[in-house]
Amino acid sequence: MDRLLFRKEGRARYISHLDLMRTFQRMFLRAGIAIKHTEGFNPHPYVAFAMPLPLGTESDCELMDFGLLGDTDRKDVPALLNRAAPEGITVLAVYEAERKLSAIAWLAADCRLVYDHGVPPDAAARIRELFSRSSLTVRKKTKRGEAELDVIPLLKDFSLEQTGERELLLHVTLAAQAPTVAPAQIAEAVRLYEPALAPDFAAFRRREVYDQDGGVFR
Amino acid sequence: MMPELERVLPTVQKPARYTGGEFNQIVKDKSAVDLRFAFCFPDTYEVGMSNLGMRILYGALNEEPGVWCERVFAPWGDMEDAMRASHIPLYALESGDPIRDFDMIAFSVGYEMAFTNVLNMLDLAGLPIRAAERTALTPIVAAGGTVGVNPEPMADFVDLFFVGEGEDVDLEVVRLLKKAKAAGWDKQTFLAAAAGIEGVYVPSLYEPVYRADGTLQEMKRASGAPERVTKRIVERMDEAYYPVKTIVPSTEIIHDRVVLELFRGCIRGCRFCQAGFIYRPVRRRSPEALVKIAEEALADSGYEEITLSSLSSSDYKGLGELCDGLLDWCEPRKISLSLPSLRADNFSMGLMERVQKVRKTGLTFAPEAGTQRLRDVINKNVREEDVLNACRIAFEGGWSTLKLYFMLGLPTETDEDVLGIADLANKVVHEWREHASNKNRGLRITVSTSCFIPKPFTPFQWEGQISREEYMRRVTLLRDNLRARCVTYNWHDADTSLVEAVLSRGDRRIGRVIENVWRAGGKLDAWSEYFSFDRWMQAMADAGVDPAFYACRERSTDEVLPWDVISVGVDKAFFIREREAAYRGVVTRDCRAGCSGCGADRLMTKGGRCDG
Repeated sequence: MDRLLFRKEGRARYISHLDLMRTFQRMFLRAGIAIKHTEGFNPHPYVAFAMPLPLGTESDCELMDFGLLGDTDRKDVPALLNRAAPEGITVLAVYEAERKLSAIAWLAADCRLVYDHGVPPDAAARIRELFSRSSLTVRKKTKRGEAELDVIPLLKDFSLEQTGERELLLHVTLAAQAPTVAPAQIAEAVRLYEPALAPDFAAFRRREVYDQDGGVFR
Repeated sequence: MMPELERVLPTVQKPARYTGGEFNQIVKDKSAVDLRFAFCFPDTYEVGMSNLGMRILYGALNEEPGVWCERVFAPWGDMEDAMRASHIPLYALESGDPIRDFDMIAFSVGYEMAFTNVLNMLDLAGLPIRAAERTALTPIVAAGGTVGVNPEPMADFVDLFFVGEGEDVDLEVVRLLKKAKAAGWDKQTFLAAAAGIEGVYVPSLYEPVYRADGTLQEMKRASGAPERVTKRIVERMDEAYYPVKTIVPSTEIIHDRVVLELFRGCIRGCRFCQAGFIYRPVRRRSPEALVKIAEEALADSGYEEITLSSLSSSDYKGLGELCDGLLDWCEPRKISLSLPSLRADNFSMGLMERVQKVRKTGLTFAPEAGTQRLRDVINKNVREEDVLNACRIAFEGGWSTLKLYFMLGLPTETDEDVLGIADLANKVVHEWREHASNKNRGLRITVSTSCFIPKPFTPFQWEGQISREEYMRRVTLLRDNLRARCVTYNWHDADTSLVEAVLSRGDRRIGRVIENVWRAGGKLDAWSEYFSFDRWMQAMADAGVDPAFYACRERSTDEVLPWDVISVGVDKAFFIREREAAYRGVVTRDCRAGCSGCGADRLMTKGGRCDG
């Protein structure tokens, strides 16, 4: 099995999960790279993504599994694909997959909180305090409706910096799989528990994925 | 990306429609171009990006040095609300720049129900909707596409119309506008000069004069304005631009595949069909050129499906050669080939097998009328045995889903003709019982009817449309007589057909109706969730317009028509002859069997030959 590390940013962050699969399938065809197809009645090129990226979130650490066929050299694949990619999708590396994607345990992400009228003076301190509590329950949408979720046990690292007069940047490391918490739920916790500090806009970017031992996952 | 847009996009449905950034989009250095062109499609991204004409002109305009052509589509309602709330003006997808600052804003208008969207998009751009209120040289607002054959209903809003095919005339106007900008002309000077370009109609140079009975007396012309504007054509298709490097949307669109245009025009001459006349003369691409285009476009795009496009694909000379050439390339690559617009009379097993090799899709036939008498009237040269024969071949080949299209309200139609539709459907069922190779799957026939709409530049352009009540009576009659359980009957509602009939043969006074509808919230009228019949009726009442005067009144052949100022190359005398033949029930043979002298071949001035 082959694995591909890619970045999704800018305008491409609005490409949905389903559309992204189609986009990659077409990128391989445009690049003239043969890949394995699924079996069955209606075979299609096999591509599998590690963790579906929410619409609108950027990422530097997306992983996708596929199977190279023919004699294309792995090291040539990124350049070939990047010539065939829409704006905002960049293939960073292609290599042989050694571990299963299910071994991803932690996700590092940035939450950018924007305050149109300036960051409230005590915001940084109060948000730090918020995430140092022993429990912080948010609502999470599930297939069966809404469920409660305590984000604190799923939050490994938290730091915060003020990056501008109107912007706070939260760096978080979150449990990546079962149960998982999305960076958007961190912003949601701020809205819920500190309504006065609710940002006017929040944007998210995945930075890195790690295994259970804290090593970078590839 | 505009910061406001970044906030709005996560809140709307399918935001990838509003971002641009797709593979093969064309981005140029703003500081190095001297003319910004906004190519606007007055419908959604999914519809507009499926339009081949737009892709051709986008590519052709961007080949012009110094010109940057970008795409603009109509936002869906949720996006429009968000844009208005956040004061985001209508922007072009490639650069994200507001189009009100562009030099030219050109709309490709393919159907009347998009008219309100043109107004809405101008307003979203922050521009006055009326041409007279836009006094600066730029932006010039243009429109082309089928609206060009009767521009009058949109005359108050558009500065100039492109009549006919845009490949050449667009560039000539763009070059003139460049010159006007450099020389500091005012808008009037530019428009007067543009009117001198063949295929350009400048409505402000014409003034309609009406008689007391409401009919048109004449179109008064400003000095220098041509008496008639003749449509432009591309004479040699193999030499014309084809977009082989085409934008591949990052989200699903309606026709998400490579489209291969075989030929323009039609040899058939069905008397109700506007497309069959306004795109004459018949000009084809060679099979060799098409195979080459297809290979390049498929390889470049990564699409796994290709469709052949024309008004009647089975009339393409060299279809066998073309299909063989395409399949040689497509089959080993698992690329599927679809072949719409087949005619029942020359539908062959060989052809079907070739297409079937890759994928089996549903079959659609359009007999249009239920009896031979009426099919002769409309010159749909398909006999009942042709339809049944085609069905038999299809059933033997394993097809079990069939769609049959008809129109109700065709000139001279009687109840006997309506019942003939039910009769034909029953005969198709019988054919299936006799010949189906696999009856386990069960037969599914869908019969669809729409209400006939008389259109400009057809032999039926003088006809009255039947009333909505009469249409519904005929629908009920047919419904009560379509008894077979495997037949589903769908009918297109008569409300939109009436509005379309008013708009398509409207004059300049209809502009007030379009504006009233838009002011009352009308937009995206081609979508049933937005179309409101009551809003249109109210707008007509407010403008003092009687819909029956435009839609249902039979016009005399000597009446001055709003589109007489336009020539599509086909002579009015030909339409009159065809109308008389229709009433006599006499068919006209197809152009390949013998030229009937419509006049369109005179548009070929560079040595080309119609259907050559």
